[in-house]
Amino acid sequence: MQVEDDASAPEVMMAFYKRLYPFKSVFSWLNHQHAPTRLFTHREFAFTLQGDVYIRYNSFANAEELKKQVVRLNPSRFEIGAVYNARPRDKKTLRPGALQPLQRELVFDIDMTDYDEIRTCCSGKGICKRCWGFIAVAVKILDHTLREHLGFRHILWVYSGRRGIHCWISDQEALQLTDEQRKSIMGWLEVIKGGQDMAKKVNVRGQPNRQLHPSLQSALQIARGDFPRLVLQDQNCFSTAEQTSILLELLGNKEVEARLRKRWAESSKTSEEKWEDIKREISQAKSSGKDTNNSLYRASEDIVLQYTYPRLDAEVSKHRNHLLKAPFCVHPATGRVCVPVDPLHVDRFDPETVPSVGQLLRELDDLETNAGTDGIQQSHHSGQKTSSALPKVQTDSEVDWERTSLKPYVEMLDAHISSPSLTGSSEIEMLRPIYGRPEPIQTN
Amino acid sequence: MFGTASRGNSFRANTVQKHPVHKYPHLLNFYDKPPLDDITLDEFETFAIDRLRILSEIEASYVRNRSYDELKAIVKAQQAKCMPLTASSEKKEIVRITEAERRKDHISHFVLRLAFCRSEELRRRFVKAETSLFRVRYDMELSEDRKRFLESRNFGWMTLSREEERDEVLMNDLRTVNPGETLWYKVRWMRVPNLVEKRRVCLKGGWAYVPSKEQSSIVFQEFETRLEAALELTAKALPRLDEDTRLMPVLDHLGQGFLSGLSVASEYSSAEGLGDGEEVKAEMIDDLAEKHWPMCMRHLHDCLRKDRHLKHYGRLQYGLFLKVVGLSIEEAIVFWRKAFGGRITDDKFNKEYKYNIRHSYGLEGKRTNYAAYTCQRIITQNQPGPQDCHGCPYRHFSADRLQTALLASYGPQGLSAADLPEIVSAVKQEHFHVACTKVFEATHGLPRGQGLDGESVTHPNQYAAKSREIEKAKLESAGAVKAEVKDDNAMEF
Repeated sequence: MQVEDDASAPEVMMAFYKRLYPFKSVFSWLNHQHAPTRLFTHREFAFTLQGDVYIRYNSFANAEELKKQVVRLNPSRFEIGAVYNARPRDKKTLRPGALQPLQRELVFDIDMTDYDEIRTCCSGKGICKRCWGFIAVAVKILDHTLREHLGFRHILWVYSGRRGIHCWISDQEALQLTDEQRKSIMGWLEVIKGGQDMAKKVNVRGQPNRQLHPSLQSALQIARGDFPRLVLQDQNCFSTAEQTSILLELLGNKEVEARLRKRWAESSKTSEEKWEDIKREISQAKSSGKDTNNSLYRASEDIVLQYTYPRLDAEVSKHRNHLLKAPFCVHPATGRVCVPVDPLHVDRFDPETVPSVGQLLRELDDLETNAGTDGIQQSHHSGQKTSSALPKVQTDSEVDWERTSLKPYVEMLDAHISSPSLTGSSEIEMLRPIYGRPEPIQTN
Repeated sequence: MFGTASRGNSFRANTVQKHPVHKYPHLLNFYDKPPLDDITLDEFETFAIDRLRILSEIEASYVRNRSYDELKAIVKAQQAKCMPLTASSEKKEIVRITEAERRKDHISHFVLRLAFCRSEELRRRFVKAETSLFRVRYDMELSEDRKRFLESRNFGWMTLSREEERDEVLMNDLRTVNPGETLWYKVRWMRVPNLVEKRRVCLKGGWAYVPSKEQSSIVFQEFETRLEAALELTAKALPRLDEDTRLMPVLDHLGQGFLSGLSVASEYSSAEGLGDGEEVKAEMIDDLAEKHWPMCMRHLHDCLRKDRHLKHYGRLQYGLFLKVVGLSIEEAIVFWRKAFGGRITDDKFNKEYKYNIRHSYGLEGKRTNYAAYTCQRIITQNQPGPQDCHGCPYRHFSADRLQTALLASYGPQGLSAADLPEIVSAVKQEHFHVACTKVFEATHGLPRGQGLDGESVTHPNQYAAKSREIEKAKLESAGAVKAEVKDDNAMEF
């Protein structure tokens, strides 16, 4: 691994913050307006320094001040918290308990770890293009329900840098939600419940065999589109004996279970073939007019949900004072930048092609090597590996990201900011899903 | 936020029109305005104490897991004793009575606001109890009077538009969620969070379609939201009251009364009185777990031994339980350090886990000495996620796995397969504490229905404490003879 690829190296991070991090865009996104408002000045920032030192309750007057402090502390990452009733940095001067969170984006966190029991390609910290499929379908379902049911417009999806995705909702209504209302959203959204000792994790019908709630029906419709490709073909989720017995248990019908178990024991079958068998059982039960028809069909719906429905980390969303890693930070373990993700093209997103901090700095260096003759970048000595030591003026770093593969991602955030819903605007505009969507550069 | 400003006006307008002389036309009260007449110091205190009696009963009902109907009966009885409220009437002599009763209700509410606005905790509990009281009264109110009350305020709900009523897809969805309903109201979903949380409404574009049956939810939520906001304002204004030296002692006294009215919940917050001062050491836990832990803690303990790790809520649930069993902070650190073994480094342990352990003992951060989780909390809150092993096994295991786990854990102590059907049927009816109690009976050789001195299990520590008590009693009755032998043993150590 080259020096620049090592995101834990302080000089790499320093160069990244000085030259590439889009402070202005992040500021505008949090602040909603040009001039700093309380949405920024009373906002908590928390820094994780090298060596896992954690500093909470920082706040800044504007983007420049934030940048100055980030460059001074050179954290491995930093997080964004709530907007408080006073400036968080004044916490110590206030009476204990006086600092109270008032507003906060509604946030969601989906982490691949929660999928370990169903994904077959990687486990633990690993993630590949294949398991991203679970995240993709989760994003599609969640994005749909946030817009159509809860009526939110201003939704930003951000890759978490390793094995998950974050979602930030900055509508006025979302910012103002109380903890209780946030908790109620989680109740509305959560479908996968029960610990490792509960095989059936989808119990959302109230009474057995009742029709699904309309909101879950629409989720199921989206899930059905991805289920065959993702769960049956790609992940092949029902291939091993253990997975198969879970599948059979989920059907909840001893008779069918015994029949299928016998048939599958005779010759080995793929997940797709097994699912076909189940479908056949359903239609047979239907034509023979047995009562099992309904319950089998309902069980198959629940199985589709169990293997595709978003698995949310509920605690992150429930409390206003919870912190979440800022967009465009670098994940210390992978070196990848936490870039925005377009929910409409989430299928095409490949976590392995997300620019890493090392790659971005190399792109800059290469440019400078070539630019030597142009005379544009006189101040940069060509061939120097890291330019972190060089003093930089603000304007320089603002254009620096423009010359790297970070550009489309920053532009995505900028387009998101300038969408009318954030600054408050006409009804018609609010009816459209908001997203400026430049095609991210796919570097293969 | 939802156009609250206009409501005060409509209230006043209505009052003037219909009841020119009555100050309190409705039995129900949203307590928008503080009482402005003179109040004697005596009234100030006695009114408040009477109201406090009702609220304490409500709080106690929550702790004791009473159903809403039981709560209603209790509040009704208590109210008749302390603060009767007579239904509205046109008759003059009755009006005189209702005005006096409702004045008392009004004043006592505002005095308690002063007493309970001072901390977040008190505010939360006060709002919860007052909202329950309002709900009980709302349910008991005659439908005619209730209707008049609802008409007197603007709750800002909308009826469906023509287009919506003709929208077959929408109407179909509404009928799926609320079968048998014919009338819906529309409000922003934030106003009915409890209905949203349980998926009892349809949502579309941020609007909740509330069936007429659930209309009261909007009213209760409105009551709660307004009271919360009002209490925060009162809290800010309260320091100015300091000057009146007559009021503060009364208010302090009232606050303490509310706190002490609730001893049951805090019963197991400290280790006092359990284990008779006998110190529990880290190395004793394995033995104790096998003999005395309820299934939830057994499962956590076994998972900890198997995986050499527990996830966050598992550590919390088990750690707080152990604290109350009598594990000191020093022993707790030893216990957890050893339990994690070589899986994590000393450095990581000190950085990431030690703080949390000390925190739960009230030695870090906010310095609250946290109580161990009650069964109610374990069953209803922090539902275990896909990889978690905390929670209540009777609630969170599938039936098959529960039976296997019970036999494996309690078989050696006398639980047999013959006991299982009864346990499983209790679980199926969602009487998880009954199932747990049955296991307790089976493993301690107690007759059916005896439970823990006639009670069922409501707290894991209660289970463990009782189990240890029984063992001790057995040892003592056997030990009366063997006391000398025991002494000899002691000599050897």
